Amino acid sequence: MGGLALAVDASGLSRRYGRRWALVDVSLRVPAGTVVMVTGRNGSGKSTLLRVLATAIRADRGTARVAGYDIRSAAHEVRRMTALLAHHSHLYEALSALQNLQVAARFLGRDAGRSALLPLLEETGLADRAEDPVSTFSAGMRRRLSLARVLLQEGSVVLLDEPYGQLDPPGFRLVDGLLTRLRAQGATVLMATHLLERGRALCDEAIALEEGRLVWAGRARDLPGDGGADPSSLGAAGA
Amino acid sequence: MEERGATVPYALATVGLLLLVWGSSWGLFAAPGEAYMGDVQRIMYVHVPTAWNALLALTFAFVCALASLLRGGWQWDARLEAAIEVGVVLSALLCAQGAIWAKPTWGVWWDWDPRLTTTAVMVFAFGGILALRRFVDDPARRAAWAAVATIVAYADVPIVYFSVKWWNSLHQMQSTPETVSRAFHWPLRINAFGVLFLMSGLIALRTRVAALRLRSELAPPPPLRSGVAARVPAAGGAS
Amino acid sequence: MVLAALRKDFLLHWRARARLAAIFGFGSTALLLFSFAIGPSAEALRQHAAGFLWLALLLSSTLALAESFESEMQDRALEGLLLLPAPPRAVYYGKALANCAQLTLLGVALVPVMVVLYDAGTSRLPGLLGVILLGSAGLSAPGTLYAAMTSQAKAGQTLLPLLLFPLVVPVLLSAVKATSLLILGDPMGQLGSWALLLGAFDLIHWSLCGLLFGRVVEE
Repeated sequence: MGGLALAVDASGLSRRYGRRWALVDVSLRVPAGTVVMVTGRNGSGKSTLLRVLATAIRADRGTARVAGYDIRSAAHEVRRMTALLAHHSHLYEALSALQNLQVAARFLGRDAGRSALLPLLEETGLADRAEDPVSTFSAGMRRRLSLARVLLQEGSVVLLDEPYGQLDPPGFRLVDGLLTRLRAQGATVLMATHLLERGRALCDEAIALEEGRLVWAGRARDLPGDGGADPSSLGAAGA
Repeated sequence: MEERGATVPYALATVGLLLLVWGSSWGLFAAPGEAYMGDVQRIMYVHVPTAWNALLALTFAFVCALASLLRGGWQWDARLEAAIEVGVVLSALLCAQGAIWAKPTWGVWWDWDPRLTTTAVMVFAFGGILALRRFVDDPARRAAWAAVATIVAYADVPIVYFSVKWWNSLHQMQSTPETVSRAFHWPLRINAFGVLFLMSGLIALRTRVAALRLRSELAPPPPLRSGVAARVPAAGGAS
Repeated sequence: MVLAALRKDFLLHWRARARLAAIFGFGSTALLLFSFAIGPSAEALRQHAAGFLWLALLLSSTLALAESFESEMQDRALEGLLLLPAPPRAVYYGKALANCAQLTLLGVALVPVMVVLYDAGTSRLPGLLGVILLGSAGLSAPGTLYAAMTSQAKAGQTLLPLLLFPLVVPVLLSAVKATSLLILGDPMGQLGSWALLLGAFDLIHWSLCGLLFGRVVEE
């Protein structure tokens, strides 16, 4: 990303679903190469924020530039630079693990050969199930495959929605390792998670959402105990 | 979406209705009977204006669909809904009029006249779009899908017409007469304008209803709460 | 890009080939039921065979088209594709082409059933294949667009035929007429005009629906 200062430059992002505002006037500036933890209760808007930044859904109000590109007018470019790990696995149940990666690789214009993609499956612990259809996978294995798919995209801005969800302890270590590697590569990561201790240890910065609004931002290690579950425990915004 | 007075639409509709009463009573009762076809021919005074205006309504719907997709804005979607509804009603009326004419003339309710058959297909096509609107809750998606469906349906009209025309030409042609003879043009013109004004008034009124409903569906802008800073500079290497 | 999409869709169709067999069963049953509706008069059956074939194909197409988007919507695989990024137009053409191939296969498979049940055969097999191909293309173009919509909406199963059938009236008319001429004879050489009409429909809809697909899958 060269000399780009801000990976995410968002202002006043708002998004409604019918009568309910899921995201309200969220403004954010994330310098490139930062690993940011996004916390908040269920339904606080974490997923919505990540999806808006990934251009999976549009913002009803506000503007944002992700990796230097505007999410409204240059969505195609934003998608090129970002990778999203969503709640839904983005997988084809009928196809095998390898085939799912091959489909993605072809659209990305990458080498879709077995030898090129097998290392990715090995890394995520799925090498021995490479030929099995995803419909036979457990939830944790699907998560691992989705992670492999995200890694394949080599995005400079990586948006992870609850990456630890559904995983076992080895899976946790896998995600930890991936985060470290992504940081070493200079990627910007926004990670929504409930695992505060892990987040404090692995992330640089943290933001907390409550009912769609940004209620706290600062250094990850300064995040108060319950990470935004109780608004009264939070001080004024700013670190 | 601004609130506009309803005086103009009501005025239009009233003027239209008056013109329609005038033109119809002239054509249906006062004008001399047609030489060969007899009194049943008088239905042309209502049938032809309805035909012109049904096509006009659906063409207006097509324009609204294009505007809705290319320029956006809820007003165009409200107009689209109104135009399709009025267009479907007029088209259905057209088919009913055609049947009323055909039974005494040919002894059958439906004579597969290309124009009327195309109209019947359009009643189903655009009626289907109205059904589609009912099944979609998200207003933005509803607007996009309705616009897309309208464009495809409208593009289909000439093809449907030609295919039915060729299909029918292989059998004996039972045609609906084009119009009334020269001497009786005035009741026709009056009725044409009558239906036009009435239709415009109805579309405008129906647009208001659709706009009001959209307003109630879309949540108002969220209030800004005091005490919580909306803008948060992301803590990063700088802070 | 379209090639990538095509490979993906052919792969998915291949994995779901058991369902294609079931749809073929449905189509054949429909042909059987139509003959019961007409009665055992060989003459009448032969006259209407073309109509029955295309009605059966049309009804089967709603099943096939709806199913083609099930795998995309299950885990939001389609969204995953679009975010790679994959151009929506490429995704559309891949799917529409795969659906067209599937419907053509279905149509060809139903021909022997038609021959047996209605004594309605033809020696002009290339012509018949051509008509089935053009007709299937006519059903697939708007069908793929609308299936994308209805697979995301409530009561999608009911909506798809409701939206699709009025639109494909020209396809039905032309394909039935053309097939009928192939079976019963074409003394005045009208087959060409009907094929042309089908071709025009296909051209218009394959361009238009591809253009509009992007608006139908964004959120």
